[in-house]
Amino acid sequence: MMEATRPAAQPVAKLSRTSSIKFMTRLQRTLVYIVLVLGAAVLMVPFFWMVSTSLKEPGAVFVLPPEWIPDPVMWSNYPKAWNYVPFTTFTINTVIITAWTVVGATLSSAIVGYSFARLRWVGRDTMFLMVIATMMLPSHVTMIPVFAIWRSLGFVNTFVPLIVPAFFGGGAFNIFLMRQFFMTLPLDLDDAAKIDGCGVFGVFWRIVAPLSKPVIGTVAIFQFLYRWNDFMGPLIYLNDQDRYTLALGLQLFRGQYETKWELLMAASVIVMMPVLIIYFFAQRYFVQGIVFTGVKG
Amino acid sequence: MATASAAQKGWLARMRGLSRGERRENAWGWLLASPWIIGFLGFTLVPMVASLYLSMTDWDILTTPKFTGLKNYSYIFTGGDPVVLKSFGITTYYSVVSVPLRLALGLLIALLMNQNVKGIFVFRSVYYLPAVLSGVAVAMMWRWIFNSEFGLLNYALWALFRIQGPAWLINRQWVVPALIIMSLWDVGSTMLIYLAGLQGIPTDLYEAATVDGANSWHKFWKVTLPMLSPVIFFNLVNGIIGALQTFTQAYILTEGGPNNASMFTMLYMYLHAFRWFNMGFASAIAWLLFVYILILTVVVFRSSVGWVHYEGELRRG
Repeated sequence: MMEATRPAAQPVAKLSRTSSIKFMTRLQRTLVYIVLVLGAAVLMVPFFWMVSTSLKEPGAVFVLPPEWIPDPVMWSNYPKAWNYVPFTTFTINTVIITAWTVVGATLSSAIVGYSFARLRWVGRDTMFLMVIATMMLPSHVTMIPVFAIWRSLGFVNTFVPLIVPAFFGGGAFNIFLMRQFFMTLPLDLDDAAKIDGCGVFGVFWRIVAPLSKPVIGTVAIFQFLYRWNDFMGPLIYLNDQDRYTLALGLQLFRGQYETKWELLMAASVIVMMPVLIIYFFAQRYFVQGIVFTGVKG
Repeated sequence: MATASAAQKGWLARMRGLSRGERRENAWGWLLASPWIIGFLGFTLVPMVASLYLSMTDWDILTTPKFTGLKNYSYIFTGGDPVVLKSFGITTYYSVVSVPLRLALGLLIALLMNQNVKGIFVFRSVYYLPAVLSGVAVAMMWRWIFNSEFGLLNYALWALFRIQGPAWLINRQWVVPALIIMSLWDVGSTMLIYLAGLQGIPTDLYEAATVDGANSWHKFWKVTLPMLSPVIFFNLVNGIIGALQTFTQAYILTEGGPNNASMFTMLYMYLHAFRWFNMGFASAIAWLLFVYILILTVVVFRSSVGWVHYEGELRRG
């Protein structure tokens, strides 16, 4: 795949050899571009199609061949979709849940990760193995008893079951990311801070945390994505419509307005928008996340 | 369990031997790790044991669970509720096709992304974008794409190849392939992990191979693939675990239909638990799925000895 065209250059005479290699790399580069552009087009067409549908008149949705640029452009589909179901309420609910879980998961995974990375305590390595093990544990096994616990405490149909668990470690993967990053910081920093009179928590808060903004950003963004897109959690725990999140609310369109594709697509675009904006501005954090896991060839 | 208690004894002995400063650090360590430890006990360990117990009960969540032994399991295996085993078949079919395809496609794209051409960063963000956009909104988009009359997919099939596409989501044969196609769209997360792996391969390995007269094809099979095998392994395990837990796509696109043709195990478990309130029976399904995932993971781990190459291996002797 990578440089598959190279051997063809061998039989060529010595003088023209370098220019022929140049030609081949140029040809190869062009091929790579063509494949890249085609692939990108295939990936983006569904998205473009969705946006295009969201801007069509009801009648224009069912026209073949489809108009890619709608005429007229119905921007009004967006406010219409927004008001078809109580989107304002759903947005507020989603923001509340997401904000709390991002704070909870980031803070608690940083503290726990710090303990695993920088403190020596008996049983630490065994515990860390357990963290790794739960990373691979499918969450569905615990779903029913956890639901029963929240139900017996009277928290079904509240945000509590969706928010509170984030404060208890913030997820094994996040702990793992934090720990991997903290391990790379020189231990001398801790010692110097200790000599200056910093306690254990002081070292974490004043020294380690400020140096770890990249990993904190990555964890926060992963957590944001996870909660914003989460469907099963809200589906299980939230019953009343005024508690719904965007993911749940979007699903309301399915039954009631089955054929109103332009409104459903407009609503879907609205739900995707914050993710798109964050992706656009904070891209490097997504890539970093992979780097922090220490995946190497 | 025996090893755990032995480890604990070891812990106690080790704790006694600590100096004052070490003891302080020890206490801090446990204190700062305690949120996870408490969460692990409360949200993972205890619920897991509880769920195993519940799987041997009859429970509608309102009354107290009635212990019935292995009745739920025997009910499943004697075909009392044939949809359970069918759902395992469907989930397996989906995973067996989707996981290898995603692995291969992800690798292919990662190889492209690893090319040193101008503007590659733009392509990287475009290819990764679908992985960021997941959940209900994306599922809704695919519902519309798979629409048999006015959907994008059938239009494209007709416009490009003059093929009359099937009624994807309401055809028993085509509903799982439709979900597989959908799963290929967000291959970006797999791709990104590969890419990190590719960039970690030392270039001197390629240089050495070039000196030895290897062409690109040889280099791919003898250098890239072995060096990347831990990453492939990682993606494979994650892929299997993820695919076997498919839920949202099926719930939004088909609700298990038509005629249970896309009834994934997770979806069926959800329906039993939270729609019909057969919490005991649903727990049995959950445990079967868990054991199934566990067995597959163990098989993959065992097989990895044969094909996963770790760089440190030589040194370890």
